[in-house]
Amino acid sequence: MKQITSAAHASEAQQHPPPQPERSRSPAPATRAKSFPISRVLLYIVLILGSMLMLLPFVWLIRSSLMGTSQIFVFPPEWIPSPFQWSNYPEALTSVPFGRYFMNTFLIEVCVLTGVMLTSIVSAFTFARLRWPGRNLIFSLLIGSMMLPYAVTLIPTFVMWRELGGLNTFLPLIAPAWFGGGAFNIFLMRQFMLTIPRDLDEAAYMDGGTPLTVLWRVIIPLSSPALIVIGIFTFIDVWNDFLGPIIYLSDEKHFTLALGLATFRGLNNTNWPYLMAASSTILAPIVLIFFIGQRYFIEGITLTGIKG
Amino acid sequence: MKRQQSGMMRMERNWGLLFALPAILGLLIFTIGPITASFIFSLTDWTIGGQMSFIGLENYQTILTKDTTFSQSMFVTTYYALGSVPLGLTAAFIIALLLNQKVKGLSIFRTIYYLPTIVPSIANTMLWLWMFNPDFGLLNSLLESVGLPGSKWIYDESTAIPSLIMMSTWGIGNTVIIFLAGLQSVPTHLYEAAEVDGGNLWHKFFHITIPSMTPTIFFNLVMSLIGTFQAFNQAYVMTNGGPNNATLFYVFYLWRTAFTETKIGYASALAWILFFVIMVLTVLIFSTSKKWVHYEGGERS
Repeated sequence: MKQITSAAHASEAQQHPPPQPERSRSPAPATRAKSFPISRVLLYIVLILGSMLMLLPFVWLIRSSLMGTSQIFVFPPEWIPSPFQWSNYPEALTSVPFGRYFMNTFLIEVCVLTGVMLTSIVSAFTFARLRWPGRNLIFSLLIGSMMLPYAVTLIPTFVMWRELGGLNTFLPLIAPAWFGGGAFNIFLMRQFMLTIPRDLDEAAYMDGGTPLTVLWRVIIPLSSPALIVIGIFTFIDVWNDFLGPIIYLSDEKHFTLALGLATFRGLNNTNWPYLMAASSTILAPIVLIFFIGQRYFIEGITLTGIKG
Repeated sequence: MKRQQSGMMRMERNWGLLFALPAILGLLIFTIGPITASFIFSLTDWTIGGQMSFIGLENYQTILTKDTTFSQSMFVTTYYALGSVPLGLTAAFIIALLLNQKVKGLSIFRTIYYLPTIVPSIANTMLWLWMFNPDFGLLNSLLESVGLPGSKWIYDESTAIPSLIMMSTWGIGNTVIIFLAGLQSVPTHLYEAAEVDGGNLWHKFFHITIPSMTPTIFFNLVMSLIGTFQAFNQAYVMTNGGPNNATLFYVFYLWRTAFTETKIGYASALAWILFFVIMVLTVLIFSTSKKWVHYEGGERS
């Protein structure tokens, strides 16, 4: 009976984002109980003003990307482009091979995502569920490595890839993803797996299963919310990564979008509409993904933040 | 039965090690190996293309006693951290308090306040570069419209770092979300008890909300401090460390030493000094934390 209920519980977990005890427990805030209409109104005014402050740079970005060079340099500035110069986008994006940069970024994304998904799930599983000598030591080292400034490992890692002939290839950007996928991802995935009932594993072992069976039959099917969180985080990290590409990629053929945009600035220092059009283009997919996966995204941050 | 059990344990161990292999190799190749190599490099005068010779602690000695660029970059970074960490934490806390009220359209507000955080840092720097433009930028035109004099923002020594601090405050979404999660897990029975005792909003805020939030504040403080000490992109893309080294962030100086001047040995020593500084700061915060961080029963699901 116990097994049935826990299985039901677990399949419920599959349909919903990562555990969110705080939400179900109490959304009751400190000041809700006795709020007067006036303070309500004030609250909304403050929230809306704040939102406008947050959104203003975006509006500025988009309006600048749709203006002609004569209108953009008018002072005081105008807010509505006239005419809307949509041609800025195709012109900016074809003046430099952004298509190739996109393909490069996309290729790196696919390789990194595959590596992170595969190896972080396996690593998290072994740290969450299996007993082997040295497990706690290795796990502490892994967590400790998150505190290390990247500057310390940056130089020797660069030297290593230089010796191995990895400069100007995507290898240095992809390889780390295939070795555990990063301490952060392992940590996040492990936290999630600890919430999956152990009875399910034991049932599989009773039937003569191995840890591989448990991983394949129990853990992977139930871990999709955590996988989505890790997938979104990883996708955004790779898309936004700037330091990695500037260190390892010097041949323009291999540039990623972020790197392409940075060099694009040097070429178009005064063509602000083009720069803003290119920036919005790089921003757009991230915003889209964020809106699609918003719920998972925020749960993921919450999950890691609280556990830290 | 016993043999069966030990067979089970052996199987678990073998599979466990096999599954841990990628992570263990990753730790060796991308963390432990580089740390060791970095330390060895820091004791040499190695420049790419040149001979490597062992010079002991000379790099460290030079950095700490003669290198004025080092002290400038340390000053810049500390200045930036002292400005952006308290400002960011306070702003994030206030936003989290507001978002913790029962308001309509909460998820829309939450999304809006989070949105700046996901902007790719390179697009972010482009955008702010344009907003900071002294002649046609958004900020000066806003100042102008209310009759205030404009500023040269990142193009003037005295306003460069304050400008970057302002820019950093735009992207505090992560901190807000973590504060929000913290606020939502403050036990309601405490508030109820305070109400029974006739406590008002201020009492509740200072005697319940703040104390219950100290672990979250602590976490965010440590994370933001570590983050700001490693700032790099703004200096690289926006200011190139200028004007007159006013935005020469530490990691930017380190990057320049390693990858432009190819002084690998010297740059490695710089990296270790950064590591040391961050560690000392973290230990300091941890050691004072006993006085102000309260853990309720020491457990949280």
